[in-house]
Amino acid sequence: MTTLVLAEHDNSVLKDATLAAVTAAGKLGGDVHLLVAGHNAKSVAEAGAQVAGVAKVLLADDAAYGAALAENVAPLIVSLMPGYDAVVAPATTRGKNIMPRVAAALDVAQISEILSVESADTFTRPIYAGNAIATVTSSDAKKVITVRGTAFDKAATSGGSASVESIGGPGDAGLSKFVSADLTTSARPELTAAKIIVSGGRALGSSDKFHEFIDPLADKLGAAVGASRAAVDAGYAPNDYQVGQTGKIVAPELYVAVGISGAIQHLAGMKDSKIIVAINKDEEAPIFQVADFGLVGDLFTLVPEMTSKL
Amino acid sequence: MKILVPVKRVVDYNVKVRVKSDGTGVDLANVKMSMNPFDEIAVEEAIRLKEKGIATEIVVVSIGVQQSQETLRTALAMGADRAILVVTDVTTESLTVAKILAKVAAEEQPGLIILGKQAIDDDANQTGQMLAALLGWPQGTFASAVVPNGDRVAVTREVDGGLETVDLKLPAVVTTDLRLNEPRYASLPNIMKAKSKPLASKTPADYGVDPTPRLTITKVVEPAKRSAGTKVKTVDELIEKLKNAGAIA
Repeated sequence: MTTLVLAEHDNSVLKDATLAAVTAAGKLGGDVHLLVAGHNAKSVAEAGAQVAGVAKVLLADDAAYGAALAENVAPLIVSLMPGYDAVVAPATTRGKNIMPRVAAALDVAQISEILSVESADTFTRPIYAGNAIATVTSSDAKKVITVRGTAFDKAATSGGSASVESIGGPGDAGLSKFVSADLTTSARPELTAAKIIVSGGRALGSSDKFHEFIDPLADKLGAAVGASRAAVDAGYAPNDYQVGQTGKIVAPELYVAVGISGAIQHLAGMKDSKIIVAINKDEEAPIFQVADFGLVGDLFTLVPEMTSKL
Repeated sequence: MKILVPVKRVVDYNVKVRVKSDGTGVDLANVKMSMNPFDEIAVEEAIRLKEKGIATEIVVVSIGVQQSQETLRTALAMGADRAILVVTDVTTESLTVAKILAKVAAEEQPGLIILGKQAIDDDANQTGQMLAALLGWPQGTFASAVVPNGDRVAVTREVDGGLETVDLKLPAVVTTDLRLNEPRYASLPNIMKAKSKPLASKTPADYGVDPTPRLTITKVVEPAKRSAGTKVKTVDELIEKLKNAGAIA
């Protein structure tokens, strides 16, 4: 049994999401190889070689793989699969985009966003927005899997000593072109990788207030900033701040929900956080049913007070 | 350009599903069913492209139980032109659905296929990508903007960390994200009119596809419950508790 893991990276840095996928792949039993498909991505392959549990790194360095277009990366993975029993990717937007294309080409039913590996062919995964957890057994000869990053420990970024092998691939399929990226730049940690998250809800009332009250508290805590869908839909915070079933699934050490009522869809995205704090003026708000520490009151006085006292 | 829009009948998104006590699945008896919200956005996008004069015909297709006809009628009432129902009682997997849709696409020859990024029941997020793979077409997943231009389409995608725009060769598959548009409600006259729009009934066998699942669900349980903690009275008490718990320094 040998498992291939698709590395998540930006051509210079190996992203943490990869580390959870490496852990999940290790639980399948057998060797774990890491595929770095990118352009001028040698530093990623070198970082990958250091990851504990990785036996070999395959580096496919080609302009066609630079933007991780599914049309180009999926055939590359498919071309490697005769040598592998399973392929695993983090359930990031990139993994979700590429892997079903691989699965269909292999005539395999993909298992999406697994939460645990029960055995080499049996997994648990969330359905109905996390309101139910299904145990699923696959009868396919090869497994195609995406991994929910918050459900697995991250593999150590040192201690490994894998060899790096350069490989070729099918290259550009000629179907798609990358045009541009408009990524939010921030000095704060990334939401899915942050140890602490401060999230704001609709009670903030405006984009200005959102930044005036949430940002200083987040900065004091060294936290990432998140938002509820209600706050995003109201235009108080950008799309990629959204925590919830249809946004990002997070599980930080500390999650501070400010002015968030706690709709099912939001809870689905953050209820695995280690400690949850809720600050809300409505003491009946559902968020208090999952919060370890609840503070009832006016966020516009409590949040600045907390910021100044930290 | 013809647009094909696959839609799925799922538990209404407002329903809080309950796991059956015997662990065989969720209780779907007497539960309100609706069109998958992401598919509703797909139907809306196709209609807007028709209103702009880019699309000429919108064909909606659903694979599922006989009652999926209601979901197709909803799409017709919103503004789709005709419907295809592929009837099966099997709980179909994404791969099966993609195989049937690939055959439908071979018959219908659409220029664009628009569908939801995922269904809110199995949350698989696979069908569009699998369909694109089977057809050998490019894919624009998690779309927040779709701009066709001649024989290509620019798709802005919601990705981790922001937005990304790709330029795809047509025909292509697009999957919708939440912020692509706000679907319209069907008006009563249009609901009446939809009843006489054509709806063809087929089976997976008509397309030569075996719907037998590859995955077996052996158990369905409720997620671990989180219990409510304590209410604190003041910010000072909160900070003290967080320090004691080691959550902050």
